[in-house]
Amino acid sequence: MSAPRFPVGAAVRIRRAFPPGHIRAPWYLRGCAGAVSHVVGEMGNPEEFAYGRCDGPKLTVYRVRMRQPDIWPDYAGPPHDTLVVDVYENWLEPAGEETP
Amino acid sequence: MSADDKTRLRRHHDMGGLDAGAVERAEHDYAAWEKRVDAILRLLSSPKRGILQIDELRRGIEDLGPGAYDELGYYERWIAAISNLLIEKGVITIDELGRRMEEVEARHEAERARTGKA
Repeated sequence: MSAPRFPVGAAVRIRRAFPPGHIRAPWYLRGCAGAVSHVVGEMGNPEEFAYGRCDGPKLTVYRVRMRQPDIWPDYAGPPHDTLVVDVYENWLEPAGEETP
Repeated sequence: MSADDKTRLRRHHDMGGLDAGAVERAEHDYAAWEKRVDAILRLLSSPKRGILQIDELRRGIEDLGPGAYDELGYYERWIAAISNLLIEKGVITIDELGRRMEEVEARHEAERARTGKA
């Protein structure tokens, strides 16, 4: 595997995009930012598999850790609570300083 | 884009983060037909046959739409999606499936009449 686009620790955001069809980025996390905690590996793209196309390039999958209070505006739990989600590279972008 | 726009753009099945009520924790056995549906999927998706993949099943279930998604049971959603995929792929025809469903229905009717059981 070549060097991943987002190394462990990189600040990333799940793209705030809403195309039609079979999507593997959970709706409620689109637009949310976190940090890469683990580079899972390269996997076939399930958004292509879903339509019977299996020959496309593999994508790197990243495990991203987010702070729960960054996801839920009214989060009532401890402020250090986190959520971990596996995301395909096509759904990630570098997270800038701005908030969504 | 406002939060309302984001809400409008959610597809029905993509429910993560919504209020969900109590979790049903009761265990239950699978009916014979449910096991059969599971077996059909395994056979269709085995590398030897490669007729469909699990991601296509998932897409097919999502495409059933909000009504069917909520009203059908777990394996009912599976078999509805599998049927649609097999028709799309030309593995079976609608006519073939419809006639077979009639046959099965008639067989069950006859069985019910014979045994008096529902």
